[in-house]
Amino acid sequence: MSWLHILIFTPFIVALVVPLLYKQFVHRIHTGWFALGVPILIFLYLLSYIPAISQGNTLIFTLAWIPSLDINLVFYVDGLSVTFGLIITGIGALVTLYSIFYLSKEHEALNNFYVYLLLFMGSMLGLVFSDNIFVLYAFWELTTIASFLLIAFWFEREKSRYGALKSLVITILGGLSMLAGFIMLAMVTDTHSIRAMVASADLITAHYLFIPAMALILLGAFTKSAQFPFSIWLPDAMEAPTPISAYLHSATMVKAGIYLVARLTPIFGGTWEWFWIISVTGLITLLYGSYNAVRQTDLKALLAYSTISQLGLIMSLLGMGSVAIYYGTGNEGALYALASFAAIFHTVNHAVFKCCLFMVVGIIDHETGTRDVRRLGGLMQLMPVSFTLMAVGSFSMAGLPPLNGFLSKEMFFEAAVNAAQMSIFSMESIGVLFPIVAWLASVFTFIYCLILVIKTFCGRYKSENFDRPVREASVGMLIAPLVLAGLVILMFFFPNTLSQYLLHPAWVAIQPALAQAGELNVNIAFWHGFTPALGITIAVIALGIILYVYLPKWSKIYNYYPRAYTLNNIYDQLLKRLENGSRWLTNAYMTGSVRHYLIYVFSFTIIIIGASLWLFDGVAFDFSRDAPVTVYEVVLTVAILLAALTVLFSNSRLVSLVANCTVGFLVSLFFVLFRAPDLALTQLVVETISTVLFLLCFYHLPKLKKEFAGVKFELTNALVALGVGATVTIMALSVQSTRLFPSISSYFENSYELIGAKNIVNAILVDFRGFDTMLEILVLFMAGLGVYALIKLRLSGGKENEEIK
Amino acid sequence: METLMSILVGLLFAIGTYLILSKRILRIILGTSIIGYAVNLLILTMGGLKTGAPPILGQEALSFTDPLPQALLLTAIVINFATTALILVLSYRAYQELGTDDMEELRGKEDE
Repeated sequence: MSWLHILIFTPFIVALVVPLLYKQFVHRIHTGWFALGVPILIFLYLLSYIPAISQGNTLIFTLAWIPSLDINLVFYVDGLSVTFGLIITGIGALVTLYSIFYLSKEHEALNNFYVYLLLFMGSMLGLVFSDNIFVLYAFWELTTIASFLLIAFWFEREKSRYGALKSLVITILGGLSMLAGFIMLAMVTDTHSIRAMVASADLITAHYLFIPAMALILLGAFTKSAQFPFSIWLPDAMEAPTPISAYLHSATMVKAGIYLVARLTPIFGGTWEWFWIISVTGLITLLYGSYNAVRQTDLKALLAYSTISQLGLIMSLLGMGSVAIYYGTGNEGALYALASFAAIFHTVNHAVFKCCLFMVVGIIDHETGTRDVRRLGGLMQLMPVSFTLMAVGSFSMAGLPPLNGFLSKEMFFEAAVNAAQMSIFSMESIGVLFPIVAWLASVFTFIYCLILVIKTFCGRYKSENFDRPVREASVGMLIAPLVLAGLVILMFFFPNTLSQYLLHPAWVAIQPALAQAGELNVNIAFWHGFTPALGITIAVIALGIILYVYLPKWSKIYNYYPRAYTLNNIYDQLLKRLENGSRWLTNAYMTGSVRHYLIYVFSFTIIIIGASLWLFDGVAFDFSRDAPVTVYEVVLTVAILLAALTVLFSNSRLVSLVANCTVGFLVSLFFVLFRAPDLALTQLVVETISTVLFLLCFYHLPKLKKEFAGVKFELTNALVALGVGATVTIMALSVQSTRLFPSISSYFENSYELIGAKNIVNAILVDFRGFDTMLEILVLFMAGLGVYALIKLRLSGGKENEEIK
Repeated sequence: METLMSILVGLLFAIGTYLILSKRILRIILGTSIIGYAVNLLILTMGGLKTGAPPILGQEALSFTDPLPQALLLTAIVINFATTALILVLSYRAYQELGTDDMEELRGKEDE
């Protein structure tokens, strides 16, 4: 077990301890302080890998888990996994710190909160470091479960439960289909390791399972990363406490899909399907998210849509970057590979500025009691620090200098312009749409960034809108966003340092072929001259300001879209139909009638025995080994049949009872004829006791009447009965005719030598199979207890009794 | 003989099944009882009939009837008795408490 394994398991282990600590120090020490050490520790440890990975090295740590199935905890350390690992733990530490001041230690169930948080952190780490696809899948689903618990943290609110369920339904749907895709990949390549799959990428792209596997895996990535149209779970997940939203929707959960697509790009990349599906989905999501963000009035909902939009941006960059693999080494390949770099860069930037924004919105909510932009305004004087933080985060998101968002946004425009000049994959005709969509979406991004800053902090302060005096948040709450805002600015001034140590190694993981040829070079500069990308940025700012000023005039277009066709409505309807459908189906056969259930049981018996006899050529009739039939046996057979038929047709309790017992006694006569003296004796004794018991009970049961329940009823019964009878007969005859192996009974014939018993049957019962007999006695005892309890049971006076009446 | 027994067992199964599917609890109990007999005969028949002397040593016999099905059956008969006794008392008590022996009327609530 390596240190990496131990550290990835640490969150899970601490999660077990946290409730105990909570109980010990409840209301005295905030539980968050106990959890805070975990992400810091892992963050520092991951930093120690940076020298190795920045030199292009990768490390592998293996811990056997299920070696027989080739499922092992193989953790793979390369640029991509360390970058994501640092985001997860770095942001995780800041979020934990922030939550200590955000969540009251008196009123919230902090033990639950930090257990879920650590669970989530651990599974995210496992996800990004796993090299084995099935281990990756296991961690993937763990993040889904943990995020469900986190979103539903305030489970007493109906909206929280709705949001949590929605995210669970959608992401589990994607997760399961991803598993199917993984299984296909494993079938094609005969390995479970992503590294090995990258090596045999040609095998996969040539295989007929390529398209299904890719589509299924992308479904998983798109649902997790809230791509259109699966994005609907994200706004509803905003019901979670703000630290959770900051963590899940800036840095971690939604980035899992991004990570997966980046990780699998060397396998699927270079094909037109991969390029088109990812780029187009990304661009649609980008536009959809930013367009919808503008009309939100709740600050958190606005950030939710902006997250969707930014994720679309990153996704489309990954799609555009994958083209480089098609070109292979050379100038064109290196040019398009820049998009992959931009994707990683923007992933990091987005994590930093979006987390900062979520935290500021949380602060506003915490201090003013509202997140509604229509009620907010004029907070600049009251909350100057928060204002600064919000401005830094927003303008970074809008892509303005001197903030890190500017750099990655420029690279995005550049990639979109480059993509428009592609001459493959039918890009000649519609490639020009790429920069246009990018520009349009960025205009909306610019507008909602202005809304975030101006509508919240500028304008007139209306004290009547707040139920408490508004003041700046406590220092503790401001530390985390201040660190993030500092990073936003630092990353602008030192992008190449970041690139050298972290982003470049991650880039190598996405574009291994180009990296080997030494053609992956990037120098991030603030000033490129008057490039098309700069032109787009200027156009964005210009149109953005105009549209913001005239926002009240054109915002009516949001009202034109019919409510019935919103994605949420479609989801709700679908879920409702599904529920009704399954209820209908269940009610259709779960009727509560014993007779129906028995009919199912009998029918399945007929079908299963009949079908297996028929399918495996089991039906065989061979009468040659039959023992001779004597007169006694014929007479007994006829007598048993007559008695059984009497039971069937009699309408008198006593007659049917006597007939039933007659069958029993005649069966014991058969035992005599078939050389089974012990059976005959036992049957006689049991039959006698049963007869007495029957008589006792029958006396208390109502008389039988002649009744006819309808043709359909009787006919169904008759058909099922005949079917069962015929199946049993055919089975019995076939068994007689085919003896697959000799009887093992000769062993028992040595019973005298073995255990000194002359009666073989008794020897089997009390010695060879002694335990069976003992348990049989136990069953008998339990039945006796049951009988006794039933006779003594009196359901009088109880509540149950009234319900029955 | 085995063929004859197979047919008899099949017929007993059919009669038992028909009885089990009827509405009255009494007939259902009788049906299970008859199916119990049929199963006993079936198991015995499957072991081969009259292939030798009774499985008791010291009789100067050359071969014995297969003792294994008999041992299984001995268990089956006793367990069968136990379950029959339980179901009999159960139906008696159910009738006492609920006042009906009609399975359709004994149906539970919709959401059960």
